[in-house]
Amino acid sequence: MSTPHETPDTRGHGNGHRIGSLLAIVLTVIPFWLVMNGSPLSPGWTVATIFAFAIVQIIVHVVFFLHLDTRSEGGWTLLAFLFTAVIVILTIGGSVWVMYHLNANMMPMPDMGNGH
Amino acid sequence: MTDHALEPQAEPTWYLTEEEGHHDHGAAGPTILGFWIYLMSDALIFASLFAMFGVVASAYAGGPVPREIFDLKLVALNTGLLLASSITFGEAMPHMEAGRVGPVRFWLALTGLLGAGFVGIELYEFAHLIAENAGPDRSAFLSAFFTLVGTHGAHVTIGLVWIVTMLIQLGQHGLNAATRRRLICLSMFWHFLDIIWIGVFTFVYLYGVIR
Repeated sequence: MSTPHETPDTRGHGNGHRIGSLLAIVLTVIPFWLVMNGSPLSPGWTVATIFAFAIVQIIVHVVFFLHLDTRSEGGWTLLAFLFTAVIVILTIGGSVWVMYHLNANMMPMPDMGNGH
Repeated sequence: MTDHALEPQAEPTWYLTEEEGHHDHGAAGPTILGFWIYLMSDALIFASLFAMFGVVASAYAGGPVPREIFDLKLVALNTGLLLASSITFGEAMPHMEAGRVGPVRFWLALTGLLGAGFVGIELYEFAHLIAENAGPDRSAFLSAFFTLVGTHGAHVTIGLVWIVTMLIQLGQHGLNAATRRRLICLSMFWHFLDIIWIGVFTFVYLYGVIR
């Protein structure tokens, strides 16, 4: 029933969970505060900041809540996670990048203005 | 290793028991890795929905823009509820390891209540938007918004069904190998949904309002 084996999700509770919770709360409150109370940063830097906070918070959740490390399940969970992260970045980043430029380059078409 | 497939069995087993799964895996057998792979594939579904939203995020079709329709106070409340539910689920797990079924059920029930609050507020937000003529049929932006946020909400709803199921199973069977394994999978599922929500509140709500 209960075995001495450690599973990826039963290790590091207690302190790790508390630290992760605190970090997660801070990393959530700051971007909301920046956007809701008027950011002291320029709009571009505000956007960069909230996305940076999101990426850091995702890593915090994966490490402290999902307990991903190099040893769990013989490293296969980490490998699957890294593979997924690459595909996710390619899918979202690639789509937005390509379609943004497609849009931008389509704008000055000569008959765009009088088509309505 | 004998060939199990050819041996006549009195009762078929549909899953690997603890003992059979022990070759080179942890206590819950290969289920954890399998469930992890499922979560990764679910992440790919959300990636395609995020990509779709990113592409049409400013295709308003003359309709409302995020600044006009998103209530960030409501989103902040919802984000707090989901994050709190992730933290309370984390509180349940040490009790599971120690074999204390009472505290596990308490933290699990609290997690479920917070999750139900999240889904309730999200449904209120959706109803409010549709009543304001900002439903999914208004523009490509709103179609993508309802698809992405709705898919996440559907996941959370299924998580709630799972939580209720586990509360009943814990009441009937207590903590055994099967309920522990299911609790570990459920905790991974629940934390995963909170991670997806980080992407939603950043990319959809915060970025939408300041764009």
